[in-house]
Amino acid sequence: MQSIPDIIRTIPLAHYILLSSALFCIGILGVLTRRNAIIVFMAIELMLNAVNLLLAAFSSYYSDPSGQIFVFFIMAVAAAEVAVGLAIIVMIYRNIQSIDIGILNKLKN
Amino acid sequence: MTAIIALSLFGISNLFWGFWFPRKVLQILTLLFLAIGIGLTAMDWNHELLWFGNMFRTTNTSINFSLIIQLAAFLVVALSRGFGADDEHTHPAEYYAILLFSVVGAILMVSFDHMIMLFVGLEILSVAMYVLTGSDKRNLKSNEAALKYFLMGAFATGILLFGITLVYGATKSFYISNLANIIAATAPESMPSFLYIGVLLMLIGLLFKVSAAPFHFWTPDVYDGAPTIFTMFMSTVVKTAGFAALYHILSGVFGGIYSTWVLTIYFISMLTLIIGNVTAAYQLSVKRMLAYSSISHAGYMLMTVSAMQSSSTSTVLYYSLSYTLATVAAFAVLILVSEYQTGRKEKPEDYSSFEGLAKNNPGLAFCFTISLLSLAGIPMTAGFWGKFFIFSDSFNRNIIYPVILAILMSAVGIYYYFKGIIAIYFKNGDIEKIEVPILFKIALWFCTIATLVLGVYPNIVKSLF
Repeated sequence: MQSIPDIIRTIPLAHYILLSSALFCIGILGVLTRRNAIIVFMAIELMLNAVNLLLAAFSSYYSDPSGQIFVFFIMAVAAAEVAVGLAIIVMIYRNIQSIDIGILNKLKN
Repeated sequence: MTAIIALSLFGISNLFWGFWFPRKVLQILTLLFLAIGIGLTAMDWNHELLWFGNMFRTTNTSINFSLIIQLAAFLVVALSRGFGADDEHTHPAEYYAILLFSVVGAILMVSFDHMIMLFVGLEILSVAMYVLTGSDKRNLKSNEAALKYFLMGAFATGILLFGITLVYGATKSFYISNLANIIAATAPESMPSFLYIGVLLMLIGLLFKVSAAPFHFWTPDVYDGAPTIFTMFMSTVVKTAGFAALYHILSGVFGGIYSTWVLTIYFISMLTLIIGNVTAAYQLSVKRMLAYSSISHAGYMLMTVSAMQSSSTSTVLYYSLSYTLATVAAFAVLILVSEYQTGRKEKPEDYSSFEGLAKNNPGLAFCFTISLLSLAGIPMTAGFWGKFFIFSDSFNRNIIYPVILAILMSAVGIYYYFKGIIAIYFKNGDIEKIEVPILFKIALWFCTIATLVLGVYPNIVKSLF
């Protein structure tokens, strides 16, 4: 039976890089174009997951566990960030009954 | 390093003491904790050590940066009052605890030796700052600032992480010291091209955090919307930590491929200087002016980072210290004046609410003047020497045009800083005597006197670094 790193290595590394870059760019486009705070938020998570995927791929290609350890750190910290971010969004929803970031322009002079 | 553990424990204990003690006691306790942190940090002086599986390195440079950060946090806590004191929904214990946690993050950011530590430190600092920015829960401006800061901060973190990943893919290591060796040992042709993309993305991620143009657009809104005391914290602690991390990365890891990133940094620093200074000149609100001024100071600091001289480290440190002292004093006076003017003027943070401050409050007017003079870089203040060291470092590297531009832009800076001084001394207003709490007074005068002393004897500190 093949071990998991071997299975991962059956696909060339360049493909992983392309896939992650594509996911990352979709995330960036989402952040820049969407107006709903939750969707923007999901786009940011997509960027982080592109990073996770690429880290895991590099890590098994190089037989070096530190990349996968980094993935755990990213997942844990992203969860903490989500908690704070959702709290902020809820706070805004309570005040203006909307999460459209286009409405938030009080600070523009 | 023990300072990190101590401050984390103190932060947690602060949450519990909030049940029993009023805000005044908590403030004194937090000051005590930060003083202990400063002492523990200083004890590591001249002991170059590695901690946490070689992921955390204490050097004299990192200790100096940690000391500046903790000093700034100390001053901010000393100047904190209220958090909306009469509101039953404010929780001072939580705010002080979050401040302590964010200081831990900042210390991690200045002494990392592994990318995980950089990332974790950055996130501890940022997540704490998102909470503090939005701490004025019923104020829509504060809400908006928190959401903007959060979305932009998380976005920048994503970019930074992608950069770290690509650099890891090219070098197979996360350790700063290994990375430098691998990059130095490999011929540039045999390096995968995505190393350079990774370096660029990492730079973009960090430049977002230090609010350099063209990644500065969130800064004025966030600084303006956040409660002033936390704006003070952001523009001193977060900025110093961000620059220390940027400097560490550029000089330590990517020093070997200097030529690939130096032009980008020049371009960005010039753009930052132009945008920061020119836009600041148009502002009517002092708080927004200080936000843009913090952008322009990022431009000056980027110049040092790119000069890469043997004296650059001490220049960055000296500049951070002088900038911290002046900014804290300026924001402190802004807090007092805008609190006094709330209800009296429509926009309590504008220049117009400072008019006639000198008549009944000569002390406050003096402190504000000295801090603005220092930010503008007038001789006899610390800010002058900060700029002087930066320009001389750049000249030593034969960087001429950015320095000329920077000198021109300091002239623009003098215009908008002096607008504040003119409003204080030469305009008529009816500000009565403003009551200043004792702790507030001590911190304010400490900043002012330190600015003057460093302006006359810069070597006291410069030789230490």
